[in-house]
Amino acid sequence: MAEYLFIASRDPFESEEVKHFYGLALGLAQESNTVTLFLVQNGVLPARTSSRSKLLTNLVANGVEVLADDFSLRERGIPTSRLAEGVKPASLGVVIDQLALGRKALWN
Amino acid sequence: MPQQKTLTFSITDPPYENARSTTALRLISLAIERGYDVNVFAYEGAVALPFAKQAPHANAVHQRDAAEENHPNPKDWIAAVLAEAATRGRKLDWVNCGLCADERGVSESIPGTRRGSPADLLKFVEESHNTLVIPTK
Repeated sequence: MAEYLFIASRDPFESEEVKHFYGLALGLAQESNTVTLFLVQNGVLPARTSSRSKLLTNLVANGVEVLADDFSLRERGIPTSRLAEGVKPASLGVVIDQLALGRKALWN
Repeated sequence: MPQQKTLTFSITDPPYENARSTTALRLISLAIERGYDVNVFAYEGAVALPFAKQAPHANAVHQRDAAEENHPNPKDWIAAVLAEAATRGRKLDWVNCGLCADERGVSESIPGTRRGSPADLLKFVEESHNTLVIPTK
């Protein structure tokens, strides 16, 4: 099975493309691949508990590791206590670590 | 690290437009801090990121002079990561797509960057441990 790194920089309220990007991550996870979804920039906005955060909790429930860039969270005033269930704050360094491990990386 | 690794980043956004440029520079900086060699292929509008004639400016609306405004210019951030790479003994090979730069009149880039073509990106990809393409919207 392959290992993937999805980097989501856009808010699902901004574009429907984001949901398709999540859907690709979900499909790969359901086929037993290892998938991390790293949220950055406005991509962290659905990590705050909201109507769109269910998209992320569904990914977590299906085995996707969902991480939110701590810097982007601070920029937007989102405390980690407000994160949706299963979404974890993380350093951008995770992206470097996973690239170095050879993960297949996709940016949206 | 048992073996020196190289990471490649392909970027496309012009300066002063999108947080993707800032995130890309954060990633490049982190990779260097963590001991990796880094290749950057700047394509399309991203060739203006290291443009040497970027200049700080005053802000008449806020009644601040250029020094008070302290306007950030990406060429300075790029110079900083180039200096950081040199200090750490790491390679940072920044290539601007030459035709893209000519089209935009931004061929004068800061020292430490060089002119190239998409063929350099192919070479980077082939020689790197991994590549991250950061597309514009």
